[in-house]
Amino acid sequence: MIPNIKRVGNVVWEIPLGYRKDMRVPVRIYATEKLLKEMDEMVYQQALNVSTLPGILKYSYVMPDGHSGYGFPIGGVAAMDAETGVISPGGIGFDINCGMRLVLTNLTYNEVRPKLKELVDLLFQRVPAGVGSTGFLKLTTGEFKELLQMGAKWCVEKGYGWPEDLERTEENGCIEGADVSKISPKAIQRGIDQVGTLGSGNHYLEIQWVKPENIVDHEAAKKLGIFENQIVIMFHCGSRGFGHQVATDYLQIFLSVMERKYGIKILDRELACAPFNSKEGQDYFAAMKCGINMSFANRQVILHRIREVFSKVFNTDPEKLGLHMVYDVAHNTAKLEEHIVDGKRMKVIVHRKGATRAFGPNTEGIPKIYKELGQPVIIGGSMETGSYLLLGTQKAMEETFGTTCHGSGRTMSRTKAKQLVRGEQLIKELEKRGIYVRSVSYSGVAEEAGIAYKNIDEVIEAVALAGISHKVVRFLPIGNIKG
Amino acid sequence: MTGKYIFREDIAIADLAFEVYADNLEDLFKYSGLAITNAMIVDLNSIKPAVIKEIEMENENIEFLLFNFLQEIIFYKDSERLLFNRIDVKIKEEGQKYILKALLYGEKIDMNKHELLVDVKAVTMHLFEVKKINGEWFARVIVDV
Repeated sequence: MIPNIKRVGNVVWEIPLGYRKDMRVPVRIYATEKLLKEMDEMVYQQALNVSTLPGILKYSYVMPDGHSGYGFPIGGVAAMDAETGVISPGGIGFDINCGMRLVLTNLTYNEVRPKLKELVDLLFQRVPAGVGSTGFLKLTTGEFKELLQMGAKWCVEKGYGWPEDLERTEENGCIEGADVSKISPKAIQRGIDQVGTLGSGNHYLEIQWVKPENIVDHEAAKKLGIFENQIVIMFHCGSRGFGHQVATDYLQIFLSVMERKYGIKILDRELACAPFNSKEGQDYFAAMKCGINMSFANRQVILHRIREVFSKVFNTDPEKLGLHMVYDVAHNTAKLEEHIVDGKRMKVIVHRKGATRAFGPNTEGIPKIYKELGQPVIIGGSMETGSYLLLGTQKAMEETFGTTCHGSGRTMSRTKAKQLVRGEQLIKELEKRGIYVRSVSYSGVAEEAGIAYKNIDEVIEAVALAGISHKVVRFLPIGNIKG
Repeated sequence: MTGKYIFREDIAIADLAFEVYADNLEDLFKYSGLAITNAMIVDLNSIKPAVIKEIEMENENIEFLLFNFLQEIIFYKDSERLLFNRIDVKIKEEGQKYILKALLYGEKIDMNKHELLVDVKAVTMHLFEVKKINGEWFARVIVDV
């Protein structure tokens, strides 16, 4: 831990300006004392590196699920002045708009438990996962380009979803300004067959149970459609090979111009950046938006598959099963937003890398139905422990550019986890505990074992104590599909 | 020894790190490519050399040459669902440039036949390094998975 770190709030820590000469703003870490002590040393170095980027406002933030990544830490947040600041692919990540979607059912635990295996097995068949998996949509290049510009809206227009799904997705499932002329042919080739696929790593689809004792805010839960012993569906995936290629392409473009053309010193090549208002910055912004839309579309098509599967297993229309979305949140993005900084409303480009937007009540950009409640925030935990539904708060708007954590955060490398856990064994143990797991890879299961992650309850406690999110309900997994 | 790769548990938390050691630059590229593939599939020998792909590229910077070469392997994994287990690399220096020609032998991913691991999304520049130490070539690569 850095010796100069000082406590500035119950769960807020600061590395002050001047700790390193090149800092432009202080670093702020949101964490309980326990989580702070457990953070790896490189988190601090990476957050300090971020604090040197041109145009950064207020603080370089680390959320409580933070750990070291490449360039930015995971759980890293940085808002740049849109006039004078930079945009950095390393502040977004290769998996552009990797995100979470939460879907309700009107089914109870007792109704689903006898059909759980059938459900999970069929979902495993219908939602492709793992290396090299392809989706059922066979698109022409022209159609794929339309999808990149229209996101989930394209899917709903083609019949893969309900109009209400769009209202319940960040940016209504279609971020404006996605420009396919800024995309390489390679990105198209990598992503064209992958719409409707989960991917692998920490991507999953889960059937979860609302245990009565896990509802924290009953009133908010009711308004969000949550009831005791309900079954809900949560899934996590991103923009697949398409987004990965967009980020790769622009990382190289930025590296070639950063120092030579814009005189920005390169501290870490993964922090390659360009002025937001430059040609390169704007090109990347427009290309990255195609990645955002690809990801919204990917999750939309997966939702369509989920509705088909539930409908088949329960022999009932998906409408009658109450398969309504709660919300869809993005993790890895940079978005142009308006925030109040030092009493002045200004346009900022908010980088959230492994962090979730958490807009408070009455904030522009959240659906009308959630106007009074605040934006739903969906936090995925490990397959063993549980997940959460939170709400964004006014305090998040004031303190963290409307941002909170995104998951539980890893504590252990995948290679190490595989040495400690055997996937096959873990699947058997989880089944005894009532969690049925299907995966294309035993090794993938071992890598995602609960011991490889921080304690999700501690992470959520940190954001709740900080007041940047409000706890509604905790979900317990009973069925899981992994790539 | 002509070359080897080792997956490292202590470098990257969320991503996957490996180090490659080789007697010469060509083997460094070959074993780096095999390491990326071995991150995605348990047994390289389960891949049959049914398809050949040719890669030609050049760069003044040896690190970027390796970065781009590995990125090609990832590209084929998504675009044509190909994994390779035989990689023949030729590199020559011309003036300031390194010129690479490689033949990659492999086949399409078949979930019934191939025991798969984790999907590699991208090569990152985080701690990426190519250097010669005491006559031996070394590379450190962290891939986003």
